[in-house]
Amino acid sequence: MEKINRSEITPEQVYLSRREFMTGAGALLAGTLLLPACKGGGQVAQNDFCSTAKAQATADELGNKLTACNDVTSYNNYYEFTTSKTGVAPLSRNFKTTPWTVTVGGLVDHPKAFTVDELVSKFPPEERVYRLRCVETWSMVVPWLGFPLASLLNEAGPTSNAKFVRFETIMDPTRMPGQKDRSYDWPYIEGLRLDEAMHRLTILATGIYGKPLPPQDGAPLRLVVPWKYGFKYIKSIVKIDLVEEMPISFWMKTIPSEYGFYANVNPAVSHPRWSQATERRIGELTRIRTLPFNGYADEVAGLYAGMDLKENF
Amino acid sequence: MGWWRTTGLRVLVHTGALLPLIWIAWRFTQDNLTANPIREIQLETGRITLTLLLLSLACTPVFHASGFVPVRQWRRTLGLYAFMYACLHLLNFIGLDYGFNFPQIWGAIADKRFPLAGLAAFVILVPLALTSTRGWAERLGKNWKRLHRLVYAAAVAGVIHYVWVAKSQASTTAPFIYGAVLATLLLVRIPMVKKVISRPGAE
Repeated sequence: MEKINRSEITPEQVYLSRREFMTGAGALLAGTLLLPACKGGGQVAQNDFCSTAKAQATADELGNKLTACNDVTSYNNYYEFTTSKTGVAPLSRNFKTTPWTVTVGGLVDHPKAFTVDELVSKFPPEERVYRLRCVETWSMVVPWLGFPLASLLNEAGPTSNAKFVRFETIMDPTRMPGQKDRSYDWPYIEGLRLDEAMHRLTILATGIYGKPLPPQDGAPLRLVVPWKYGFKYIKSIVKIDLVEEMPISFWMKTIPSEYGFYANVNPAVSHPRWSQATERRIGELTRIRTLPFNGYADEVAGLYAGMDLKENF
Repeated sequence: MGWWRTTGLRVLVHTGALLPLIWIAWRFTQDNLTANPIREIQLETGRITLTLLLLSLACTPVFHASGFVPVRQWRRTLGLYAFMYACLHLLNFIGLDYGFNFPQIWGAIADKRFPLAGLAAFVILVPLALTSTRGWAERLGKNWKRLHRLVYAAAVAGVIHYVWVAKSQASTTAPFIYGAVLATLLLVRIPMVKKVISRPGAE
C-alpha cells in the first residue's frame, strides 16, 4: 500500500464541517424549492404613478398582454441617473420637467422651439401599444401616449439636403447624477434616417398608461421606434436637428463594435456578447422567440431592401 | 476562547456563506427581485460564487500570514459553498431562464465566449467538489493536491466569464476588482512572495 503523508489526510474537523455544509445546503435548497408555495398570491401594491394609471388597450395587435405598469415604471435603463435598473425610479423622482423646451432645427425651413404643452396641444397624443425589445434580451408591451414624429418634422419642413434626424437628451449633471460619470461622452445622442423618422410607426411619446411620462421613463418627451432596440428610444429630448450626415449615437461612440446606427431588432444577428434569438417578456417565465423587426417586418422591412443587415447592425 | 476558535467561528463561516441565499429567497418572497427576477438571480448567484471562491483561495495565504489555524479548514467549506452557488447559477440559467430547452441553450452559448468561460469554470469545479471528501483525498494521495490546484484555473475562468459579460466601460469596475483580487492571490502563491508574507512556523 502506498504510504499516505499525514498532512494529506483530511482532519476530522474538516470532514465534519463538510457534513454540516451538506445538511445546511440541503435544507436551504429544499426551502428554496418550497418558497413559491409560501409566496402570497395577493395583488402587488401599485406604486403612486400606477395606482391612477389606466391604458385603454389591454393587449397589442398580436394579443400580447400589456406589461404591468409597476414593471414599466420600476425597471429602467437610464444611465443619466444610474446604471442600476431599479435605481432610476427613486433617483429621478424629483426630476423637474417643467419648463421644458424642445428645439427643432438644422436643415429645416422653419426652425422652432416648442414647449411640451405646445406640442401636446398641437399634436394630440394617441395611445399606441408597442412591443419594446431591449438589446439585453428582455422585452415589454407598453401602452404609449404619443404623436407621429412625422407630424412635427413636416411642421418644420426638412430641406432637400436633410438625410438624417439627430436627437439630443438634456445635459444637466446637477439633476442627472449619472452624467457625472466621465467614462461616457454625454449628452446622449441618437439618430434615425429621415425615412425611418417619417415612418408612421415612429412616435414621440409624452405618456404611458394614460398619463404623462414619469421621469424614469424619459419624461417629458422620448422617441419610440418599435422595430429597433430600446436604446434607440432616446429620453428627455431637448434638441431635434435635421442633418445631412449620419449622426454618431451615444452607444456607437461608446462601444462601436457592439452598437451600430440601425439597431433593428434581428434574431438572426447576435450581439457580440450574446444571442438575440430569444427574449424574456417581463412578467413571464419562459423565453419567447424574438421576431424580425420586433414583429413589425410587414411595415418596415421595405425600408431596408437590399441592405446587408448583418453589416448594418 | 477555545470554543470560539473552533465552533463559534465555524458557525459564523457557515452562516456567512448561506446568508446571500437566504437574502435572495427573502427578496423572492417579497417580490423584490426586480421586474426581471431570473436575470437578478443569475447576476447575484454569479457574484456570490466568485466572492466565495476568492475567499476560499484567500484562506491559505491568510493562514501563512497569520498562523491562525482554523482558517485552514474554511478553505474547503467556502470552496464547497462556492460550488453550491455555481450550481444554482447554472441551474437558473438552463432551468428557469431557458426552461431546459437545449436547442435554445446551445444557440445561446455556442459561439459566445462569456458563457463558455463560465461553463469551463464550472466543469473544472465538478471533480474538485466530488473529490473533496476524506476518502478521495486518501485514494488520490499526492495527486489530490495536484488536482485541487485546478481551483486556480476555475477562478481565472470564472473571473474572465465575469469580465467578458460586462460592458467594456467604467460602469463595470466590479469584474476588474475581482480580477485584481485574484491576481493578488496568485501572486502570493509565488514561493518568493510566499516566504516574505509567511510567519515563521506557519507551514
